[in-house]
Amino acid sequence: MGTSDFAPDKIWADLQQAAGVQFTVTLEPFFVNITVTPDDLVPILKVLQNRLGMNYLANITSVDYGAEFEIIYHLYAIPDNSRKLKVKTRVPRSAAQLDSVFPLYPTADWQEREIFDLMGIRFNAHPNLVRVLLPDDFKGHPLRKDFGKEEQ
Amino acid sequence: MLKTDQYTINIGPQHPSTHGGLHAEALMDGEIVKDVVVHLGYVHRSVEKIAESRTYTQFIPYASRLDYLASHLPCLGYVQAVEKLLGVEVPERAEYIRVILAELSRIASHMIFVGSLAIDLAATTGLVYCLRDRERIMDLFEMSSGQRLIAAYMRIGGLSADLPEEFFPAAQSFLTDIPRMIEEYNGLITGNEILQARCKGVGVLTAEMALAYGVTGPNLRASGVAYDLRKADPYGIYDRFEFDLPTGKAGDGLDRLIVRLKEIEQSGHIVRQALSQMPEGEIRSKVPKLLKPAPGKEVYHRIESSKGELGFYLLSDGSEKPARLHVRAPSFINLMVLPLISRGGRLQDIITNIATLDPVLGESDR
Repeated sequence: MGTSDFAPDKIWADLQQAAGVQFTVTLEPFFVNITVTPDDLVPILKVLQNRLGMNYLANITSVDYGAEFEIIYHLYAIPDNSRKLKVKTRVPRSAAQLDSVFPLYPTADWQEREIFDLMGIRFNAHPNLVRVLLPDDFKGHPLRKDFGKEEQ
Repeated sequence: MLKTDQYTINIGPQHPSTHGGLHAEALMDGEIVKDVVVHLGYVHRSVEKIAESRTYTQFIPYASRLDYLASHLPCLGYVQAVEKLLGVEVPERAEYIRVILAELSRIASHMIFVGSLAIDLAATTGLVYCLRDRERIMDLFEMSSGQRLIAAYMRIGGLSADLPEEFFPAAQSFLTDIPRMIEEYNGLITGNEILQARCKGVGVLTAEMALAYGVTGPNLRASGVAYDLRKADPYGIYDRFEFDLPTGKAGDGLDRLIVRLKEIEQSGHIVRQALSQMPEGEIRSKVPKLLKPAPGKEVYHRIESSKGELGFYLLSDGSEKPARLHVRAPSFINLMVLPLISRGGRLQDIITNIATLDPVLGESDR
């Protein structure tokens, strides 16, 4: 249900043109997957929000892949639920930062703080990027795979 | 104009109204709230990190400890996420029992909501009535799993055991009594003049604000948005049941209470249907002892818990342990609007707002 009739090539071509950037689209059983570069993330989310009505950013999460971190955004439209989007981007471990999506989706506020807190990824222009679950003087980011293994 | 000094008041973490380790720092101007800063983490157990060193099956008891007021719901969300990852089918009978326990959990959680709202607003008797009725659900849970509060009854591919015979008459008699319970709550709590004064027009959350901040569940519905994953994106066998989605208009504390009271009735309605439609049969499909999903496979599965959208993100690296587990905790995200709906109100309204947003800190802190 949903995903196949939702992804005709034309819609995506129009979206790419509107956003002025390229992105890769793949169909998965439960989601339409969009992979972007970190710089293109905010322009693309803006287009998805305005043109496709993706008004609900359900979840943001991050994965440690060693040399890179992946940040995943799960987007839906309320009340129409036929569109299920997953936007993915990767940042290098050595420069773990990308733009905050808070101006588009205020729900990103604490979710980005959580990723900063536990995974150590910085979100540029976030209004209040401080730890949310761990104490302020905590050292390190526990969800990183090398947490507790490296010499501090 | 009379000038007053600004000062801060700490609410919690050690305070009966904070629902388990919530620390809200209120910046006050006289008696008016200027802002609220929420400090979380007092119940942080690093559940997501723990998951990386447990097998998929071993994590089930941790899932039930996320929302300890409705433990079957996080368990259900987690096992369904793993089932999606592996492509496991669940026997019909198990699906029905899952729905019965999930909805009973929702009722239990909402009863705690009603009772704790009452006691937060100094109506101590209200809590006692709700706990008395919730006790019967706890007894049902004890019959089914041996655990009252934090049951790990769900299994990947089904359930740990079938329901015992004595469960059914006890469940039926509980369902029969729901209208009487609601009537009692309405007479004692909802209709109480003081409670109405403390909740009406307090903590107004508009539909736009709720959507922007990702507020889900009864809190969103109280703001007038008829959105419920059981209907919008049905999981399990929820598409087979008939029930209404109660919504509010004002989005204030009173609406959040009334929506939940109505949801108790609707959940009872679902349980009644599930009990009458439930077939005989297996309660667990055959799954290997050690589960190893294909490497690189990931899933985001969400259910409508008593607090809102409870999501599980799982990523497999091909081993018997997840490479990454992330819990999208509705309590965490719903709490984000606490400062917004409290600004401009009075100090005592913060208590109403915390109670009516219904966070459970085990889930928000993880």
